[in-house]
Amino acid sequence: MTAKVQAGFPSPADDHMEKSLDLNEHLVSNPAATFFVRVQGDSMKDAGIRGGDVLVVDRSLTASDNQIVVAMLDGDFTVKRLRRNNGCVFLDAENASFPPIEISENQELVIWGVVTFVIHQAR
Amino acid sequence: MNRFALVDCNNFYASCERVFNPKLIGKPIVVLSNNDGCVIARSEEAKNLGIEMGTPAFKSETQFKSLGVEVLSSNYALYGDMSARVMSTMRPHIPGMEVYSIDEAFLVLEEWQGESFARELRATVRQWTGIPVSVGIAPTKTLAKLANRIAKKTPELNGVFDLTAASDSDKVLARVKCADIWGIGKRLAARLACGGILTACDLKHADMAWVRRELGVVGERIARELNGISCLALEEMPPPKKGIASAKSFGRPVEALEELEEALATYTARVAEKLRAGRLLASHLHVFVTTNPFNSEQSQYTAGAHIGLIRPTNGTSDLISSALILLRQIYRPGHQYKKTGVFVGELVADTNLQLSFFDNPKNDIHRRALATAVDQLNKRLGQNTVRYGAMGTTQRWAMRQERKSRRFTTDWNQLPIAKA
Repeated sequence: MTAKVQAGFPSPADDHMEKSLDLNEHLVSNPAATFFVRVQGDSMKDAGIRGGDVLVVDRSLTASDNQIVVAMLDGDFTVKRLRRNNGCVFLDAENASFPPIEISENQELVIWGVVTFVIHQAR
Repeated sequence: MNRFALVDCNNFYASCERVFNPKLIGKPIVVLSNNDGCVIARSEEAKNLGIEMGTPAFKSETQFKSLGVEVLSSNYALYGDMSARVMSTMRPHIPGMEVYSIDEAFLVLEEWQGESFARELRATVRQWTGIPVSVGIAPTKTLAKLANRIAKKTPELNGVFDLTAASDSDKVLARVKCADIWGIGKRLAARLACGGILTACDLKHADMAWVRRELGVVGERIARELNGISCLALEEMPPPKKGIASAKSFGRPVEALEELEEALATYTARVAEKLRAGRLLASHLHVFVTTNPFNSEQSQYTAGAHIGLIRPTNGTSDLISSALILLRQIYRPGHQYKKTGVFVGELVADTNLQLSFFDNPKNDIHRRALATAVDQLNKRLGQNTVRYGAMGTTQRWAMRQERKSRRFTTDWNQLPIAKA
């Protein structure tokens, strides 16, 4: 195979060519365990999470107190802030009009993944 | 002693659906074939209800309804993506791996990797991907398959069975019928039964000369494997059923995309040749790259990607161009790559390919001639000499898929929803 070569002066930038930035590198540290989830609703708006946003969710992380998580609740996924308090577990909204959800002892809380980034369209 | 592990995803299609739809947890699920024809996958609950594989969907509609069975169309985009995730979750932890099918992989284990390692691996796969797997460990692939079966059928084992740690492996083998041994079909089992050989234990201790006479070299190989003598290497494969893989470690670390491309194209060409030799067409293609997990001084990176082939193919050029597109998606510069490979799945017989409405049979002949020509060119000039770029067509066959779940992981418009 041959390629046409343009004769002339080389660009001074040639020696400094680098690959352009890839957002995956920034947002996804563990591709096998990372999923994208779409937000519906406004209960997390004070945490900067609005309806229509895309959450980057890493399932390989173990959720710790005060992290924003995607959890399974009554057959649905919900995004909330996890709070543990004196042996009680709460899913807190970030919106004054939504009360915290207390997970009762006979309720099983399954954390689906930990939210690592929020992708929000600015316009 | 070399040991193999067979990792098998439990009720894989149903498990994939459950990861993204919590409402399906604990419910009987059946997944239907293309065109919603018949049952091709069942959850444990559906199996327990006595629903058989191959049950025609249209005949059983009312039965399914009355039993509360959730019926789903097959969603190969989802299963392929989840399969790639399961495989790349495991790959960095083990020295060698053969993706045997969309939901199974053989692993080679390090000396220290035994039952507790398998339990950890199982837990990691479960956490990262949501997919439950079973693991069988044994000195040969045939025995690893058998151990996996036992792990799956015995709930007390919690998904892992290490045959090498069993106090009396003969006793274990005595409980496995010949027909359930990997590679022994009903016909061979019937022939064995005539010689009084009914279980894996019987076959293990049978006279090798007799086995060879009755079952040929294939049977003899199975009997040897039952004796713990490894006859099937990791990449050598029996006649493929669900998929073909080709992957190799590099002699030296590779960093440049061009070099990876060359290697991957070579492996893909090999896969295409194997497909043609078996008169098979692939409907799914999966590509992966990985760095060397045992070199802790290097940055680590493992990634996989897959594509559903709109038109099942065994054409070298088609497969290579798709594979390279995927490779460019997952490639990240700055890593010392140790390995790349390709896996094709959802194989269909070459003769069974149904022509779509727009297809002209003549095109097929042309396609084949082209594939042969490209094969020969590539053979002569190097594997990545001939490339096709225009694979990104979005036409889909008009299939009946009325109950298909969303493409949760492969389409921005179909992401899972979290309520806030």
